[in-house]
Amino acid sequence: MTSAAAAAVTAESQPRRERPSTLALLLNNRLAAAGLVVLGLVVGAALAAPILPLADPNATDPAHRLAPLFAPAHLLGTDALGRDILSRLIWGTRVSLAVGVSASLIAAVVGSAIGLVAGYAGGRSDQILMRLIDLLMAFPYILLALAIVAILGPGLINALYAIAIVNVPFFARNIRGITVGLARREFIDAARLSGKGPLRILWSEILPNVLPTIVITLSTTVGWMILETAGLSFLGLGAQPPQADLGSMLGDGRKVMFTAPTISLVPGLMIFLIVISINLIGDGIRDALDPRLRSGALARPSFRTAIAEPLDRPTAPLDAAATLDVKGLRTDFRMGPEIYHACGGVDLTIAPGQCLGLVGESGSGKSVTAMSLMGLVPSPPGIVTGGTIGFRGEDLATAKNERIRTLRGSAIAHVFQDPLATLHPLFCVGDQIVEAIRAHQPLSRSEAEGKAEELLTLVRIPNPAERMRALPHELSGGLRQRVSIAMALANDPELIIADEPTTALDVTVQADILRLLDTLRHDRKLAVLFITHDFGVVSEIADRVAVMYAGKIVETGPTTAVLADPAHPYTRMLIDCVPVMGEPERRLDAVRGRPPAVNQLPAGCSFAARCPRVEPDCSTGEIVLDEKRNGLQARCLHPLEPGETLA
Amino acid sequence: MTATVAKRLLTAIPVLFGLSIIVFLMIALIPGDPATAILGSYATPENVARLNASLGLDQSLPQQYLAWITGVLHGDFGRSYALNRPVIDIVLERFSATLLLAGASLLLATVFGLLAGIVSAVRQFGLADKVITLIVLIGISMPSFWLGLLLILFFAVKIRLFPASGMVAIYGGGGPLDILHHLVLPAVTLALVATGVIARLTRTAMLEVLRQDYIRTARAKGLTERRVVYRHAFKAALVSIIPVIGIQAGFVLGGAVYVETVFQWPGIGAMLVNAISQRDILLVQGGVLVVAAAYVLFNLLADICQTLLDPRLK
Repeated sequence: MTSAAAAAVTAESQPRRERPSTLALLLNNRLAAAGLVVLGLVVGAALAAPILPLADPNATDPAHRLAPLFAPAHLLGTDALGRDILSRLIWGTRVSLAVGVSASLIAAVVGSAIGLVAGYAGGRSDQILMRLIDLLMAFPYILLALAIVAILGPGLINALYAIAIVNVPFFARNIRGITVGLARREFIDAARLSGKGPLRILWSEILPNVLPTIVITLSTTVGWMILETAGLSFLGLGAQPPQADLGSMLGDGRKVMFTAPTISLVPGLMIFLIVISINLIGDGIRDALDPRLRSGALARPSFRTAIAEPLDRPTAPLDAAATLDVKGLRTDFRMGPEIYHACGGVDLTIAPGQCLGLVGESGSGKSVTAMSLMGLVPSPPGIVTGGTIGFRGEDLATAKNERIRTLRGSAIAHVFQDPLATLHPLFCVGDQIVEAIRAHQPLSRSEAEGKAEELLTLVRIPNPAERMRALPHELSGGLRQRVSIAMALANDPELIIADEPTTALDVTVQADILRLLDTLRHDRKLAVLFITHDFGVVSEIADRVAVMYAGKIVETGPTTAVLADPAHPYTRMLIDCVPVMGEPERRLDAVRGRPPAVNQLPAGCSFAARCPRVEPDCSTGEIVLDEKRNGLQARCLHPLEPGETLA
Repeated sequence: MTATVAKRLLTAIPVLFGLSIIVFLMIALIPGDPATAILGSYATPENVARLNASLGLDQSLPQQYLAWITGVLHGDFGRSYALNRPVIDIVLERFSATLLLAGASLLLATVFGLLAGIVSAVRQFGLADKVITLIVLIGISMPSFWLGLLLILFFAVKIRLFPASGMVAIYGGGGPLDILHHLVLPAVTLALVATGVIARLTRTAMLEVLRQDYIRTARAKGLTERRVVYRHAFKAALVSIIPVIGIQAGFVLGGAVYVETVFQWPGIGAMLVNAISQRDILLVQGGVLVVAAAYVLFNLLADICQTLLDPRLK
């Protein structure tokens, strides 16, 4: 039945053709394939029981009672009444499978029906049905089955009903959840308007869409149900003699457990094999269907971005006078067979106290570049494949992990984009700042608390003593970002890497935060690497600008020079996107088209496809970043002259 | 905080009320004449009449319920016909043994489940992860009544380390150490599935949390990896793990039926099985009600813990 489930699920995911099919994935999963084989053998034997050359499972033979394993004519020996265990095992498996599968089907049909009706009808019917389901779930699992058997009386069929009823809630809940979502979709409205009744809509429109969920729920519960019906029989509440299933065989065998342990161990082993093979297949189906597992996105990011061995290092010496001196930095994302060159050879220099604005569209590689510096790009899939990362002359790319940890948050601090996601939701903000301080300074808790309060005052948070005990979700967006900045300042850093720190904020709050950062950096002689997609923000804070496109820097220079007369057409287009007060006729359309995928970059200029000034020579050979005029460098063969605009 | 706890306590009342109705209906739902079903077909007509009167079966259902629930609230669950003792006495006596067993199992399952899950997540795709995943898979597929037999055959019969059955030694038994000695095998047997489920969920929850932005922030602060994993990630993961521990309490309380039968532990599960076989319905009713109520209260506790841990849930 579970292979049928797999087949049904495969049919569902057919349209996405570029992906390997679910069945192929399932078979690739060695454990799931092993489960399929074992289950196939067991089910095959159970189905073939009547035609197999087996002894009569109920024929007693007192002369040969308790025969050991491999006795003549009795491969698995005989039980206390001299009955052949192999034969009883296969016939018992037949009963157990039949009962377990029937219970699953009943639970699936009844539970799904309840879920469909509750989810589609909504309102009061939904309320009542789901409260009843909740009530069933308020009982400990097996206890409810026992209560039902107590009412109906012991017996195999009653045990079947009991297990089915106990499992109804799982189906009802899962199916209701999906149905509620579907019932509000347009195609259901359309069906309703075309005059179809609720029953027909449920049957022909909704049921086909919830079928995969039913199948998945089945594949995860059928093993349990086989186990539990066997359990009731083991307790003497299921199969009654002379009828026998695996559970009652185990229960009977227990009476002679010390003299002939195999009589009880063999049926138990069979139950175990059935359940584990079903669980393996179920896990395989789930893994195959879960796209997050396919892409490996659920992989755990490690302490530090992986560094390629050997690392492709430029030979030029590092500038010890610069706070930051990055040369030829390359960071790749390895996703299956594809390699994305997110950061494709970047040079950056920041002098002490200077602010460099790193600008680009989303996907240009600016964040990856910034996060690569302190090894904060998630790995897997990220890996630094080349470059030197000079910090006051020390190469961080080859530094030891412990050295990186000591520098993180002390000499080099970060401020991230969305402070609601980047502050820990369950610790109060005071504790988070105290933790940052004490990670690097040998202060007592109360001393660190005093310092944290000073920091909150420094970033102009009103009532700092009170706010110390606030949780992030209790603060406004602006206050949260001030907390992040306070945390970054905790250990008097020399460099702050700010990754779109104002993007998630309101425009007015944005201006406040920018002003705060700007004041702090001048007061404290901070070097800042400021990442943004917004040239308006750059003009307010950055001394120098670097523009990134498709993993490379395409233009860099002093902010005023770049803003006034950019040489690269891409920079020009980005600047044209910034709204200016009093110039309503200015075109605000974003740069047309999309950046190229960085796993298949074209030859020559990556921007050529979107560039209005493109010439045939743009698409051949490597184009270098070179000086165009007074400190302005651009990666372009046909740069704009001062004052020139795009047609 | 007191207000939160009080509010959660109030939500348990309708659930307990619903439970009591279902348990009460057990008698009414018995096919045929309940008194005959309870007393058996050889019962004298006088006994049947007396039982009918004491169950109040001649009254309407709401009246019957009212009489029954009043009795229950005063600790009167009726008398067991097979054992001829008040149900409440038997149930409380048996339930304390089950609580000990289930509590020990849940403790084992929580401690080892969390540890295994964390190690598995931290060493994702490593050898430890693969070994733990395999053990967990075997654990959750293992029928506990079979595992119990295996453990008895090995630890009680072969190496004689632990006793095979009972809660105290028959001669000169008693005392906490003796009970602990008897508790080991059944508690381990009962804990296995719950350990596996908790370990699996912990692994997933930890992996999910370790990808969050605030973990990157914790690393950017220069915290040690140990602190990042055990303080920042684990605390956040615990929010989604606690309700599962609550649900596992239900599986452990129910699964105790098998383990108590295998190890002849004098708990409420083994009692229920006997009572069902003997059609001692009032005893079943009392036992089911007490265990279910305990489960509701335990889930309430888990719910409150979760709210205290994550104030956003208020």
